[in-house]
Amino acid sequence: MVSPVRSLWQAMSAQRRLLTLAALLGAIASLSAVALLGTSGWLISTAAEMPPVLTLTVAAVMVRFLALSRAIFRYGERLVGHDAAFRGLTGLRVTVYTNLERLAPTGLAAFGRGDLLTRLVADVDAALDLPLRVILPWVQAVLVAGVTVAFLGWLLPVSGIVIGVLAVFALAVTPWIVAMTARAAEARMAPAKAELSAAVVRALDATPEITAFGAAAAVTGRIHHLDDGLTRLSARESFALGLGGGIGIVVQGAAVTAALVLAVPAVIDGRIGPVWLAVVALLPLALFDILAGLPASALAYQRLRGSAVRIQEIEMTPSLVVEPTAPVALPHAFTGLELVDMSARWTADAAAIEGISVAVPPGARVAIVGPSGSGKSTLAAVLMGFLPYAGSVRLSGVEVRDADGDALRQQVGMLSQLAHIFDTSIADNVRLGNPQASDDDVSMALAQAQLGEWISSLPHGMDTTVGSFGVAVSGGERQRIALARLLLARREIVILDEPTEHLDGPTADALAATMSTALQDATVLLITHRLIGLEGVDRIVELQAGRIVAQGSHDELLAAGGWYAQQWGLESERADMSLLLPSLPIGRGVPRT
Amino acid sequence: MKPLDPRLMRYARSTRGFIGLAVVLGVITAVLVIAQARLLSDVIVSVTSEGASWSDVRDAVVAVAAIFATRAVIAWLAEVAAVRASARAKQQLREATLTHVLALGPAGPGAHSPGETAALITRGIDALDGYYARYLPQLVLAVIVPVAVLMTVLGQDLLSTLIIAVTLPLIPVFMILIGMYTKSQVDRQWSTLALLSGHFLDLVSGLPTLKIFGRAKSQVEAIRAIGDRYRSTTMGVLRVSFLSSLALELLATLSVALVAVSVGIRLAEGQITYPVALFVLLLAPEAYLPLRLVGQHFHAAAEGLGAADRLFTILELPVPVGGSVVLPDGRIRIVVSDLQVSYPQRPEPALDTATFTAEPGTVTAIVGGSGGGKSTLINALLGFASATGGTVHLEVDGMGTNLDEVDLAQWRRRIAWLPQRAHLAGSDLPDSPTVVDAITLRDATVSEDEVWRALTDAGIAAEIRAMPDGLHTRLRADGSGLSVGQMQRLSLARALLTPADVVLLDEPTAALDPSSEEAVVAAVRRLAQAGATVVVVAHRPALVEIADQVVRIDRPRAQNVAADFDANLPAAAETIRGVGW
Repeated sequence: MVSPVRSLWQAMSAQRRLLTLAALLGAIASLSAVALLGTSGWLISTAAEMPPVLTLTVAAVMVRFLALSRAIFRYGERLVGHDAAFRGLTGLRVTVYTNLERLAPTGLAAFGRGDLLTRLVADVDAALDLPLRVILPWVQAVLVAGVTVAFLGWLLPVSGIVIGVLAVFALAVTPWIVAMTARAAEARMAPAKAELSAAVVRALDATPEITAFGAAAAVTGRIHHLDDGLTRLSARESFALGLGGGIGIVVQGAAVTAALVLAVPAVIDGRIGPVWLAVVALLPLALFDILAGLPASALAYQRLRGSAVRIQEIEMTPSLVVEPTAPVALPHAFTGLELVDMSARWTADAAAIEGISVAVPPGARVAIVGPSGSGKSTLAAVLMGFLPYAGSVRLSGVEVRDADGDALRQQVGMLSQLAHIFDTSIADNVRLGNPQASDDDVSMALAQAQLGEWISSLPHGMDTTVGSFGVAVSGGERQRIALARLLLARREIVILDEPTEHLDGPTADALAATMSTALQDATVLLITHRLIGLEGVDRIVELQAGRIVAQGSHDELLAAGGWYAQQWGLESERADMSLLLPSLPIGRGVPRT
Repeated sequence: MKPLDPRLMRYARSTRGFIGLAVVLGVITAVLVIAQARLLSDVIVSVTSEGASWSDVRDAVVAVAAIFATRAVIAWLAEVAAVRASARAKQQLREATLTHVLALGPAGPGAHSPGETAALITRGIDALDGYYARYLPQLVLAVIVPVAVLMTVLGQDLLSTLIIAVTLPLIPVFMILIGMYTKSQVDRQWSTLALLSGHFLDLVSGLPTLKIFGRAKSQVEAIRAIGDRYRSTTMGVLRVSFLSSLALELLATLSVALVAVSVGIRLAEGQITYPVALFVLLLAPEAYLPLRLVGQHFHAAAEGLGAADRLFTILELPVPVGGSVVLPDGRIRIVVSDLQVSYPQRPEPALDTATFTAEPGTVTAIVGGSGGGKSTLINALLGFASATGGTVHLEVDGMGTNLDEVDLAQWRRRIAWLPQRAHLAGSDLPDSPTVVDAITLRDATVSEDEVWRALTDAGIAAEIRAMPDGLHTRLRADGSGLSVGQMQRLSLARALLTPADVVLLDEPTAALDPSSEEAVVAAVRRLAQAGATVVVVAHRPALVEIADQVVRIDRPRAQNVAADFDANLPAAAETIRGVGW
């Protein structure tokens, strides 16, 4: 297994050249900073000997040049480095998303929505630190330390050795101490932040309930508790960082003091000229200023490791369905769906569907009925290629597990109970079914889904954004937008999972009639627990606890006298809402008679 | 953007004590910085020009080392204090915002734009680290250290003092100008980030749908495009920030160079002494450094300040507080007269008009077309939506109070509510709550017997009992555990858990098969018989049949549609029965 940070780097490494450039610019800036202080020291010491002003001119020009180059190269480094890091980030985000796509929807069961969001946004963003706060500072620090120590060694060998040892300490030992101090805290940081984010997302999801049920105090208490955990972790982090800063200043002090201790006798016994004393004393000051940033780098590395692990978890999660390496092409013309002794389950501990055998010829209308929890949606997931199965499921003669998932879904469409309406325009939501569709096609699909009148009442028609209205889209409207999307997609086989669930009587009936016309050419599998109106379907399959208990036409099932006959009796006794509604006045309570 | 936003202090009180500490540490740092320069220049001068021996300067060298050690301790203290203060402040802000968003309910930003709001509460507030932990302490240092340095230099060399005094104020002036310029850019950066979070939450939630339509893979391009947009707006802000750092650094460097050149020339001409020259030269950069760092940290804090702006917009949204009247115990009669609810962003009223009286011990069925305002009526009764016309009057034993005068928290405690789209969450906000977590959201102290009673009333007890983990079965969002119909009945069980005087149910029988529906209808009837005031949104006949009164809520023009439908009814019914389901 590749280490998490390395695999993070691989996803970003397309930016290697830009980052090398940034490191180079940064090293020049840092060297300029060190040289600037050294030259200034030399300049003032030389000036003290009151030489002709001309002697000082070269050094004075150099001071100004170094000051400029320090600022300008630092500017260049930051610009190039950040640009490269953000480019790398996009590459990483695409990698993470591709993995989520691979797993969706059944492989993501173990992750919550808020948690996935954190992985895709915050954990990916945390990877910015890898080039900016880890790689660039370290590369520069090593380069600058090398050059400075070499120069000191040339000037006064003993000072080179001592400062060199201290520099190695600042480069390796201090960051190591800091990293070890905060190791556990940093590793927990990303998961703790993710937990907080996920909790906030869940609290916002359930806002109405939390407020209505007076649970706000308990929920904010929980967030407070999670925040306490984060506070403890950052306290630990700051303790380590402060420790690193403290050690850094002590090492810097030791370096300056040592330089003075070594250089003062050297000046006194004439090994170096007096003007060099300031240089030997001031160079370490500047060098260790630069090395002072390394403990923070070490912490950044530990912290981003936590995020890298979370990103790798997604990469390592196996998907429930393994796409075939050599997919068998599905014939264009649909010649029938055949399930023989098929069984499947969501998770190892979940209830399964077993021994399912059904044949669906082209153009057929088949209803799958049964109480809630009997396995109807599990069956739908298998047909969509989202769940592995045992036994056989053949679509036009091709075993579904041997076909490419996306190709399968080009032929099989579904109106799910949890169909998502995206935060974009209604037209874009519908066009998802077929990106090439013209405005007229979209408009037609919306009309077919009985949304025509509602659309014309909206300020921007079908270009109205759904998100900005939020609450304004009722449950029924949501379902009908999703239906329009499916109609536009024109799939050969259509699975309708409770299509009229949130609709009132007349709208539901009208919609049923429209679907019937609009889907005339398609093969339809209707999943429902509502039995009214199934008289006309070709076949009704009744599921109970994951098994088919009866199959046949409405009349046959009615005659058999089982669950179907009993439930149908219950439903058909009731008055029709379609007849009741229009007789009522709007907005006024009337006693029921 | 102001250098010091008083609102940040108001919402995060813990900040004040921290600023006091920062001032103390700042003063100490200033003294140490000056002493360090003094000692360092003394040592160099005495060795180079006065021929001092090692023993002459030993004490001074030891003192330099001691100053370094003290500064190390101070830096450590400052760092720990800053991060701690920042964490406290963030916690206070986070709690205040979340409490406020929850109080705003389903009409608030939490429901409108959950992705953006979540990003604000988590990352937005985290971004304030830069403000609290870096910028604020540096701001304090930037006030103290330059003044102290200037006073010290004044005692040494007048001309240098003048140069510093003239150039130093240029830095804050320059910063203010840049701050004004970057404000709009920082706002845009935060908008992009919020958009990014909102978009990705949308994407993650909609992945199954995208996959069904074979559009999931093509989202890669959208992600790339958003990523590029994020990069370019962020780089826009960073460019300005880096450029201003560059300008500040050049300004500081030139000012130091001016001091150095004037000192150098006068030193070469013998107008000032070497000790003074070296001391001034070592000290001058220390005056500019804190100000430069403030400039840098200000930009680092800018993202947080951009988020803070949004945060305060939310915190300043008025919460429907209601009144303070607590209804006395007893059965509640609800009198709704000409109630109308409009949302500011919609031209048409969400609920046009409703007039009815719900008596205790009766069932009122709300029927009508999709989108006609049935759920809005329920929201109005819960106090989530304010009436824009008409009244809701609550009467207990003949004593009446208007809903807008009632203490909402107390009022809601009397209500059992089932929303149309229920979210099953535990008060501990676990990833996937257990059945018992989800049901006891309202009151975690109820006994297991009561939980089972509620489950039985909702017609799901047998199924829960049959599950291997029973009450501790985990509920997953993707349907791998329970079906939508089972979730629906769990939400009903949650509503029925504690006894309530008012029962508001929005489509309690959606997604239920006929025999489950039968059980739920029976439970609703029992609630009414026990004396509760039951208002139920019904799409199907079974609930209407047990209702004592029926209220039709529809858009006005729906009357015509219904009339048309009525006229065509035989034909339409024929079509439905004839062709399909």
